[in-house]
Parts: sequence; C-alpha cells; structure tokens
Amino acid sequence: MVEQSLVEVANLHRRYGDVHAVQGLNFQLRRGEVLGFLGPNGAGKTTTMQMICGVLAPSAGMVRIGGVDLLEDPIEAKRQLGYLPEQPPLYRELTVDEYLRYCANLRGLKNKPATTAMEEAKERCGLLGNGGRVIGHLSKGYQQRVGIAQAILHRPAVVVLDEPTVGLDPIQIREIRELMSELGNEHGVILSTHILPEVQAVCDRVQILHEGRLVLDEDLAQLSKSQRPRSTRVKLRRPPSRKVLSGLAGVGRVESLDADTLRLHHADDEGLGERIVAAAVAGDWGLYELVSESRSLEEIFVELTLGEGRARDEQEPQSQA
Amino acid sequence: MNILTIAARELRSLFLSPLSWAVLAVTQAFVAYAFLVKLEFFLQLKPYLPGLAGAPGLTAIVVAPAFKAAAMVMLLAAPLVTMRLVSEERRSGTLSLLLSAPITMTEIVLGKFLGVMGYFAIVVLAITLTPLSLLAGGSLDVGLLGSSFIGLLLLIASFAAAGLFMSTLTAHPPVAAISTFGLLLLLWNMDWAGTGASEGVRPLFSYIGVTSHFNALLQGVVDSADLIYSLIVIATFLVLAIRRLDSMRLGH
Repeated sequence: MVEQSLVEVANLHRRYGDVHAVQGLNFQLRRGEVLGFLGPNGAGKTTTMQMICGVLAPSAGMVRIGGVDLLEDPIEAKRQLGYLPEQPPLYRELTVDEYLRYCANLRGLKNKPATTAMEEAKERCGLLGNGGRVIGHLSKGYQQRVGIAQAILHRPAVVVLDEPTVGLDPIQIREIRELMSELGNEHGVILSTHILPEVQAVCDRVQILHEGRLVLDEDLAQLSKSQRPRSTRVKLRRPPSRKVLSGLAGVGRVESLDADTLRLHHADDEGLGERIVAAAVAGDWGLYELVSESRSLEEIFVELTLGEGRARDEQEPQSQA
Repeated sequence: MNILTIAARELRSLFLSPLSWAVLAVTQAFVAYAFLVKLEFFLQLKPYLPGLAGAPGLTAIVVAPAFKAAAMVMLLAAPLVTMRLVSEERRSGTLSLLLSAPITMTEIVLGKFLGVMGYFAIVVLAITLTPLSLLAGGSLDVGLLGSSFIGLLLLIASFAAAGLFMSTLTAHPPVAAISTFGLLLLLWNMDWAGTGASEGVRPLFSYIGVTSHFNALLQGVVDSADLIYSLIVIATFLVLAIRRLDSMRLGH
C-alpha cells in the first residue's frame, strides 16, 4: 500500500437486539479527504460514527485509525480522533475556556501546549472573546462551535462530525463549511448530514447509507462527470413549433413545461447549447434562458434510498431537518 | 494524570451545582444541632462524672453522637450527590467525550470517585471543625476524634462508591438516587436479618452491614479488619462500575 488510509473499516456490523443497524460496511478514508455520509434517518450513520470513535462496540468487524486497531489498542487509536456527536458533549455549567482546557487535558495536552491549542481552536471556530462565557448561556450556534472546537482541539488526524451544521443560521453554516473544507486539507474528515448541498459544497467523496448498507461510494468529481446533463431547459419568447426543435441535431423528445418553457431531452450534450443559441438567433425565437440540467445529488439520493425509478416522480423538497 | 483531570472537573462541577451547597449547609446545620443538644447533656452530667469509675469523657459524649448524626444525614444526602456522576453524562451526551478520548474506563471511574470524594472530604472536614471548637474551653481526646473522622470518611466513601455504581445503571439521576438510597439502607440495617437467626449466624449479618464497623471507629477502636472491610466495599462497587461502563458500549 503506497498511501496509508487514516480510517479503515472492514466488514463492520452492529446489531441492536433484532435490529441489524449496520450490515457489513467496508470503506476507507484517505488523508486530506472530506467524506460525506448521507442517508435517511435510521440508515446507520450515527451508529457507524460511534463505532469508529469507540463509543459503541461493533458486533463484528474491524476499525483501524491511522493503522492502529481500535479494538486492540483503543488508547493509541483514540489519540488520533476528534469526535463531535450529534448532541455536542458540553458541560453546560463550565465556561468555554474551562471546558476546552478539560478536553485538552483529556487528550494529553497540558499547560502551555493546551493553551496554544485552545487559542487556535477558538480562533478557527470563531470563539475568540467568548472564553469566559458559561456554555449553558451560549446560543445553540455557539454551543455547536464549542463542540467543533473540542473535536479539532488536539489536531487529530481524523475528525468525525455528526451533523455539524444542525441548528446554525445560514451565515454560521457557511463559516462552518469553510472550516470543514479547511480541515480537509490537513486532516481526514468524516461528516454526516441531511443537507445535500452541504455534501456538494465541502466533500470530496460521498457515501450513501441505506438500511445499514453502503449503496453509493464515489468521488464527487467522478460523480458529476458520470452524471452528464440529460436535458436542457430553454425559455423562449416566441417558441417555434416543436418539430423545429426536435429537428435540431442531438435532441430527442421535446417537453412543454409552460407557455414559453420547454425541456429538450438528449443523450449527449456535446455542443448542443451552441446549436440552440445559433438556431434561436437565426429564427428570432427570443431566447432568454438556457439551463443545462444534470441529475442532482438529491435525485441520486432519492433514487437509491427509495428504490429505482421512483426518483423522477417523487422529488421531495430538501429537508433542512 | 487523567484521573486527576477527571476528578478536578467533577469537583468543579459539584461546586457549581446548588445541590452540593445545599447538602453542605443542611449537614452542617443538623450536626450543629446534634452537637449542641449533646453538649447541653454533657453540662448537666458534668457534676456527677468525677464520681463514676471509667466515666465517658467530653469527646465520647459529644463527638460520637454528632458524627452519628452526620452519618444519618449523609445516608440521605450522599445519593443526591452521587446520582449524577455517570447518569447525567449519559443523558446529556457528554459520556461520548470520555469514551472517545484516549483514556480507560478505570481512569474514568477512579477520576469520578476521587472527584466526589474531594467534595465529601470537605464535608467531613467541616463536620470535624464543630467539635474542634471545644478546644477553646476544654480538652479533647484527639485520638477518638481522629478515629471518628476516619470512620465517617470511610463510611461516606463506601456510600460514594455504591452511588457511583448505581449511577452507571441508569440515565435518570433520580432513579440512581433512590436506588442508591435503598442499597445504603440495606447496608445500614443489614443486622436486622440476623435478629431471628441463631447465635452463630447473627454476627455474620452485622459484619456484612456497615454499622458495626462504623460504630467501632466511633468508639475509638481502630481495627484493621474494619478498615479493610470498608476498602473491600469500596473496591467492589468501583470494579462493578468499571465493568458496567465497559459493557455499556456493547449494550443495546
């Protein structure tokens, strides 16, 4: 192996009584990679993350953090971990500084190095000037930041974040996303989320979990390449007859969406946009909008988790839950 | 070192909770009441004492009952202090922080025990200060006071270990509190079970209970068997707590 994986998960299982929550997961996280965990509620995301962080023991399987087996040498493996659970693990009665110093001490950082690490984490999470405030008095967004600060405090090789942007306002979400991309440069990051654009914004690789199994594991760049646009939406002030449009080279079916909006289905989009514009100018169609439509991550997600074929019919609105 | 980190955090959180201050205040008030009543009793008795052979001194008449009163308050109050040790961390999700940190279960349990014992040591010290005030006007049997101090501290340490274990069993602090209280009452009154038993069996039950060992120390009898008994009780509950935390990761 040329490049050592930061996290290696093999044949991971977890049962809760009769419920087989995680069924044989295999995946790896490389250095400098941000991995997005997607899946409907109850798909096993949180369970998997808890097993990676040693909070929950797997029913079967292996977890390696930086080459160290989590079950054989938990102390050494956990040294390389930073974990933010779904519910940030905060002591509400402590101040931000007291709390972060406690976390630093737990990870083996004392005195001076602890102070340095705290200042750095506070700066990265936008907590400077809040060190003396009691955590219980902070807003949800700030509490979330303290939770993230705790996870990155000791510069762990692997950062695991379970739904890090829940409860944040749009500006905070943007800041936290920037932070996550930044973390991805030096650490390996695993994050779970319900918010699909978040995955597109920050992740290098996406994994979709459904009923305890991995149904998709692909690089995001690869994914968008393989998902070429399959239709183009045009808005025309003076649309010509549909026959003229379907006569354009490469266009298959033509679909009217409303009076002046049409969708042109095609297999290949090579040069199609240019041809449409040229034809529109020549024919004086009054083209004022042209959108090349590729299959979104959301559609892939719905398709994989709801079953084939239903995705097109049941495009659910994005839930921010 | 990790143990001290956890203990320090625990102690800090205890002193940030109004409950701990209330326990400290109520204990102090009740011990003062018992102390004053017994002091009054001693003053009434004082003229007759020189005539008695082997008469009890000031320390035996005043200090031992005051410490007994303190033990009674702690029987009720200790479960309230220990109930949150683990169950609160489970409920608020902070247990994940400890479980994902590079520390062992043993360190977590010992840290928590040490932290809560730091608090109880302060409680016992404060209780001991009251009889020490007698030094202003009389003489004290310092040896007896010392053995009473050790007795109360060991008794409360047993309570704390039992409470810590009970706290690992549930995510609801009040459930942990009432279970601990039940367990302590049982340990306190274990000798009841021996009342109907034959002569040979009766000492066994009183030996299992905590009361006889505590009373011996209150009378100034420092027997290593009594000390070892307390240490065994403490160690048993701590080991159970560690096992329980370990198995929690496997739980359903």
